[in-house]
Amino acid sequence: MRLSKSWIIASKDFKVFKKKKNILYSVLVVPLLVSVLLPLVMDFAGTRNGGTRLQPAELMVLLPAFTFFYLILAGFIPATIASYTIVGEKVEKSLERLLATPTTDSEILLGKGVAAFLPPIASILGGATVFMVLMDLVTRDRLGYDYFPNWNAAIVLFLMVPLAAMMSVEWNVIVSGMVSDVRVAQQVGTLLVLPLGGIYVAGELNLVPLGDTSNLLVISSILLAVNLLLFYVAKAAFRREEILTKWK
Amino acid sequence: MIETSNLTKKFGDLTAVDGLTLRVEEGEVFGFLGPNGAGKTTTIRMLCCLISKTSGEARIADYEVGNDADALKIRRMIGFMPDNVGLYDDLSAYDNLDFYGKLYDRTEPQRRESIQRLLTMLGLWEKRDVAVGAFSKGMKQKLGIACALVHDPQVLFMDEPTANLDPEAAKTVRDFILDLKREKRTIFLNTHNLDEAQRICDKIAILNKSLVATGTPADLENSAGGMKTVVQMVKTSDAILAALKRLPLRNMVVEGSRLTVDVRVPETENVAIVDAIYAAGGHVQTVTVVGSTLEETYLKLVRRDDQ
Repeated sequence: MRLSKSWIIASKDFKVFKKKKNILYSVLVVPLLVSVLLPLVMDFAGTRNGGTRLQPAELMVLLPAFTFFYLILAGFIPATIASYTIVGEKVEKSLERLLATPTTDSEILLGKGVAAFLPPIASILGGATVFMVLMDLVTRDRLGYDYFPNWNAAIVLFLMVPLAAMMSVEWNVIVSGMVSDVRVAQQVGTLLVLPLGGIYVAGELNLVPLGDTSNLLVISSILLAVNLLLFYVAKAAFRREEILTKWK
Repeated sequence: MIETSNLTKKFGDLTAVDGLTLRVEEGEVFGFLGPNGAGKTTTIRMLCCLISKTSGEARIADYEVGNDADALKIRRMIGFMPDNVGLYDDLSAYDNLDFYGKLYDRTEPQRRESIQRLLTMLGLWEKRDVAVGAFSKGMKQKLGIACALVHDPQVLFMDEPTANLDPEAAKTVRDFILDLKREKRTIFLNTHNLDEAQRICDKIAILNKSLVATGTPADLENSAGGMKTVVQMVKTSDAILAALKRLPLRNMVVEGSRLTVDVRVPETENVAIVDAIYAAGGHVQTVTVVGSTLEETYLKLVRRDDQ
């Protein structure tokens, strides 16, 4: 496999993304918005009607759960891009010409994957940096120390977020073969965030303590296993003949 | 340059292409005609190594279609223009061409040179930085051809290159194909446009799942349709009609004072017709021999094949 070919395809997609407002909004605005809103919530929660601010014990449940929220973004944002980059190209009828070039199926798939993976990851990590700085600012006085950075956050952001993003891309490749509309692909593609959302809610309710490193590693292992499974299915789905003769 | 032998493609129980055998010489413009669903696009897709063949053989130059090791080499040496131009509307004309040039491993100077040459030839150089989405259909079609040529391929596959174009844009595209023909490129042209095929193709094949006929446009016209003699008389009469009916004429039609009849050897058959008319007291104004058009030939061959 020639990585240069995949990079050419990804670079072309990056150029296209710059012209698509909905993609720019999803990739840039959403993570930034979340990164600012979550610290604000943490700062003001409980203060209405003369109540007290959240206590350190509550913060220790909510902070890791809020960090986990980036996993949901990692499942959601790549879906927006992947659905465009594959279904969009299918709808615009440019996929056949691309398939006729001297590139292998794997090179095209990797190029599309990189295009859908890198911008969200960069944006999520950028947003997470803002989140951690703001969160430290609003919780430092109550905790007596800076909660971020820490190893659990590192596991979430550098291991689980990429795994969730990859999973989202692979899922969208599979979905792309079954739909012929970008919006439908986005909707079906984002179904993947439901289980992640479930874990997030369980974390907020402290049913699955997300500040526990072993829990994070178990979830990472599950994500890795699902990734491997989806990778093989996606690779099987993304074959020239399948795309040209069986995809809707 | 392109050779197929018993090339067959089946999708489950459906046979899309059945035992196709043909040969396209280097530098030839080869027209591929056939009704919708005849297997033209499937054939092109097989030859471009986009889909697999079920059986049979096909070669492009020294490479074997269906051999995984040769697939990339074939795709590198061919240019492909699908029936949908398949351009990126958000990118400029230059960026579209540059993207494909990169995928074919053209260096930066090579890409710059070929993009400038192609866009200038097609009258699009001034629009090189305009997003393709703002282009007219004809401009997109021309740019689509340029994309297929950016790596200077020896063989070009074009699927309906003038479909849905206005006459002026279609003429520009046809003229461009003729320019490519002068450059001795081998062009495999899928088309529904019989007039276009007649004007620019050296050889034509008519496909209707299997090969119905192949040859030069003139060969095809003669093979299926033969010729017609049209005799314009001053007037007809019962005696003239009776005299003509006594001759062994094929498909005789009399409309007013005009007689049309199929002929094989006009030099002898026309003499007998004119003699019969004079003998019955008639007068002949003109005698014209016309060959059947490619359209008539095509329809006759395809209908015969359907039966």
